[in-house]
Amino acid sequence: MMAFPDLMPALPEILLGVGALVLLMVGVFRGENSTNVVTGMAVALLICAIGVLVLAPADGATFDGSFIMDGYGRFLKVLVLIGSAVAIAMSVAFARAEKFERFEYPVLIVIATLGMLMMISANDLIAVYLGLELQSLALYVIAAINRDQLRSTEAGLKYFVLGALSSGMLLYGASLVYGFTGHTNFAGIHMVLERDGASLGFVFGLVFMMAGFAFKVSAVPFHMWTPDVYEGAPTPVTAFFAAAPKIAAMGVLMRIVIDAFQPATADWQQIIAFVALASMILGAFAAIGQTNIKRLMAYSSIGHMGFALVGLAAGTETGIQGVLIYLAIYLAMTVGVFACILAMRREDGSMVEEISSLAGLSRTNPVMGTLLALLMFSLAGIPPLGGFFAKYFVFAAAVDAGLYWLAVIGVIASVVGAYYYLRIVKLIFFDEAAGTFKRCRANCA
Amino acid sequence: MYSLIVFLPLVGFLIAGAISLKGAMDKTAAAGGHDGHGHDHGDHGHGHAGHGHAGGHDAHGAAHGTHAAAHDDHGHGHDDHHEEAPGSRPAELVTTGLMAVTALLSWVAFFSVAFGEGEAFTVPVLSWIHSGALATEWAFRIDTLTVVMLVVVNTVSFLVHLYSMGYMSHDPARPRFFAYLSLFTFAMLTLVTSDNLLQMFFGWEGVGLASYLLIGFWYQKPSANAAAMKAFVVNRVGDFGFLLGLFGVYVLFNSISFDAIFANVGSLEGAQLTFLGSSWDAATIVCLLLFMGAMGKSAQFLLHTWLPDAMEGPTPVSALIHAATMVTAGVFMVARMSPVFEMSHTALTVVTFIGATTAFFAATVGLVQNDIKRVIAYSTCSQLGYMFVALGVGAYPIAVFHLFTHAFFKALLFLGAGSVIHAVSGEQDMRKMGGLRTVIPVTFWMMTIGTLALTGFPFTAGFYSKDGIIEAAFVGENAFAGYAFGMLVIAAVFTSFYSWRLAFLTFFGKPRASAEVMKHAHESPQVMLIPLYVLAVGALFAGVAFSGAFMGEGVEEFWKQSLYLPHGEHSILEAIHHVSFWVKISPFIAMLIGFAVAVYFYIVNPEAPKQLAARHDALYQFLLNKWYFDELYDILFVRSAKWIGTKLWKVGDGRIIDGLGPDGIAARVQDVTTRVVRLQTGYLYHYAFAMLIGVALLVTWAMFYAGGM
Repeated sequence: MMAFPDLMPALPEILLGVGALVLLMVGVFRGENSTNVVTGMAVALLICAIGVLVLAPADGATFDGSFIMDGYGRFLKVLVLIGSAVAIAMSVAFARAEKFERFEYPVLIVIATLGMLMMISANDLIAVYLGLELQSLALYVIAAINRDQLRSTEAGLKYFVLGALSSGMLLYGASLVYGFTGHTNFAGIHMVLERDGASLGFVFGLVFMMAGFAFKVSAVPFHMWTPDVYEGAPTPVTAFFAAAPKIAAMGVLMRIVIDAFQPATADWQQIIAFVALASMILGAFAAIGQTNIKRLMAYSSIGHMGFALVGLAAGTETGIQGVLIYLAIYLAMTVGVFACILAMRREDGSMVEEISSLAGLSRTNPVMGTLLALLMFSLAGIPPLGGFFAKYFVFAAAVDAGLYWLAVIGVIASVVGAYYYLRIVKLIFFDEAAGTFKRCRANCA
Repeated sequence: MYSLIVFLPLVGFLIAGAISLKGAMDKTAAAGGHDGHGHDHGDHGHGHAGHGHAGGHDAHGAAHGTHAAAHDDHGHGHDDHHEEAPGSRPAELVTTGLMAVTALLSWVAFFSVAFGEGEAFTVPVLSWIHSGALATEWAFRIDTLTVVMLVVVNTVSFLVHLYSMGYMSHDPARPRFFAYLSLFTFAMLTLVTSDNLLQMFFGWEGVGLASYLLIGFWYQKPSANAAAMKAFVVNRVGDFGFLLGLFGVYVLFNSISFDAIFANVGSLEGAQLTFLGSSWDAATIVCLLLFMGAMGKSAQFLLHTWLPDAMEGPTPVSALIHAATMVTAGVFMVARMSPVFEMSHTALTVVTFIGATTAFFAATVGLVQNDIKRVIAYSTCSQLGYMFVALGVGAYPIAVFHLFTHAFFKALLFLGAGSVIHAVSGEQDMRKMGGLRTVIPVTFWMMTIGTLALTGFPFTAGFYSKDGIIEAAFVGENAFAGYAFGMLVIAAVFTSFYSWRLAFLTFFGKPRASAEVMKHAHESPQVMLIPLYVLAVGALFAGVAFSGAFMGEGVEEFWKQSLYLPHGEHSILEAIHHVSFWVKISPFIAMLIGFAVAVYFYIVNPEAPKQLAARHDALYQFLLNKWYFDELYDILFVRSAKWIGTKLWKVGDGRIIDGLGPDGIAARVQDVTTRVVRLQTGYLYHYAFAMLIGVALLVTWAMFYAGGM
């Protein structure tokens, strides 16, 4: 007879799960015009979850050790919840303007968020997969939420097919790891690896699992979906994709490599380092050629994930701290940029998508221009803005861990990357105005 | 009192400068409202028709107008209805008044210091720079040499201020002009009163700046701007030497104060300076470097090219800066440093050689120039050469005495030339003058006095100092003293010739100017003539009055410790009294020869010069083109520097640094970007393929790595 598991550590997840069902019911019974109510309730629900996390901390493992709650998880969960709540809030006006007001949208985000929280707290391969799939399935739908638009559905479909492929890889890798270690629980895997060392079969499994996670954080060479999906999905959805799921995937990746695969550090470290390197370089170079600001942000996020992975590649405590700081600052920067993009609307009501249309923003809208410029400086990593410190900590960790070449290439990549961020600043301040923007209020459509 | 002498011109500069700035600002503010001519204010100052003379002559013809446009050099040629800068009158009265006070005080100082009993003394003003072992005070060193210079500078400066009130009376920017003049005077006074080399350098650069500003005073003229820049740049070469010399002095004496230097000058005996692995005689190196500075400022051979071009400035400026005062700063500096120069025989020999060569060279060029101011400019250059010869052979008092007398007669000649130019509507070409003797008699007589003094007519000022120099060169003991004597006597012949040539071409013969010009030719107003009278008195009597004190029996009591004075029976000052008669008479003979040839060429047989020039065309062209120095420097320095600059710019910077650096990297980045972006095809199967390849690669790598363990 199994003892009833302790539910307290999972209270935020339970809250979100139940809340999502309630929201769904509200939506179904109130019909199409329930969107506002459901949206408001969804934001409230996410804020409640933050409150529970912060005010009623209950640490510990539960569900037979497959779910764990700790300070690390709490920090990431708060970030994820903030990202989700902001994404919902940002989408209100946009959804109305683009005529895809559906109450399912906030509900899906809540469900995806639930999946992310579960990922972050997962302490078992099965729990990881459960959380991951819950999150991914919701995200596939969200990407295609504007289903009357060709690009949105294309984005959703691409994401789904490639996501399924990566899920398959992850699952295959997980099964190999299980097969060669005999455990799905992280602590068990850790124990076996420590005792027997990493077998070739395990390394196979490790690589496949890394590939799966790399897909989720859109690291090279598993990044191909990112620009297309970012561009095709509605802008608030892109804003959501750029922040919360990345944080959750990084969270689970870090937990798994540190808690479970720690004895095989030499094996995964190389993979992470390679992926980080490739991401930084590709993110920097490919973004230069972009004219669409959402595609640009896609490459930017690829690059930033590369930088964050540098901290993980260090494999040390300071490295992990660096990554956490990086993620927090990255969340703020990304959400800020998308908020700026969403707040601007041309005279004809269309969204700002082309970078060139930002020209002369400092004259037509000085406040917005200054904010966007500040965010760009931060993304480029210019002191004293946050982006600089984010990079500084991960590079410092890499240097401490002896990965000089990685840090050097990272700095070079960030110099190249600075070019396209600063080009936007130049457009904003020094180019002739391309046209004025309306400030987008709730009633601008 | 000495503070007053030095700082009153500064006060004048500040007041006039403030007036000028205020006027300029008001004008800019009002420019929008002035429809008629508000827009072309910047264009005045030269080249307009109309004379606008105080005398109120009748209408001027068109021919006259074009004349003025082509040659106007003295600020008369602007529209009658032109508005002058506000506050012009107060600005000139204030600066001139302050200069009058300053000049008076300098004469008081001159008599009390030079003919008094007191020792030299120092007037501290402020503590200037204290850095490590370097302690520099701002102080006035008052001794005979200083007060002589004070008298020269302030007298000429006052007279030029006064003269300019008439000469510049129609210039729209008079406050600026007077501000610059006073600034120059202040800087020159700082230079001559300096207590240490750094303060002297401050004054040295200050006069350079003022000279630049005044040469380019009519900044609307491209030629004036070019001349100003040339003066500045050529002086920079000399100043570089001066600075190095200053540093060298500091290295050797651990101080740059004159007192400390002169007190320890004996330590230079046999001292060596090591540079680039080889040792040099310290005194020689330092003296030659300082002399390089002097060459630049005093327009000596090789660095002389700026002085003739500096005649682009207004004529009073030429008289003050480029004849009487600033260009003699080099002479003053060598005289001031005479105890140090005495330590290096080699340096003095070089000084002698350069001086003699300059005297000869400039005199030859002066023979054929047609521009009245250029003739006098080359004459100045030549006379400075005389002074350096005197310095080189160790006859410092005679050099300074010549500086003193030269200031009078050369300023007189320049101001007289200004008066002539004024009379003939801005014409400067002597070939278009002639017959002015009766038209402007006062100017004629004043110029004649100046010419007599310059050529060394007995008992005029130049007679004493110039003959003294020639005799000193004869008895001088260094290797080039004989050469110098020969050069100077020949130069004296030439001096006499070109001076009388100038006089004859200008004042005698038939008028060659157009009837229009001759009709309007007129004597200058009294405000311009009074300075001429005063200077003429100096040119006539400065020699008689002061030769005894400067270079005669009273020499020791007069100079006291301010100069290095040769002592003993065989000293050069003593020796010049005992040279043979033919040496004494030779400058006079030289003068007579020059005079006679000039009379023959320009009075008796005016066709002779043309025939001579035609017969020796190569020589004539050589002299006319100033020994082709400008062309040579243009090829050597200007073109080659431009060539190097262009190469460095286009090849070095453009192709190599930019090409391989920023531009090259940026281009490679663009290439990479293009390719990376092309990878993003949009096809799902490409993406899936990339993922699978990625996994395959990672697996392979991990397997090999794991297997290798």
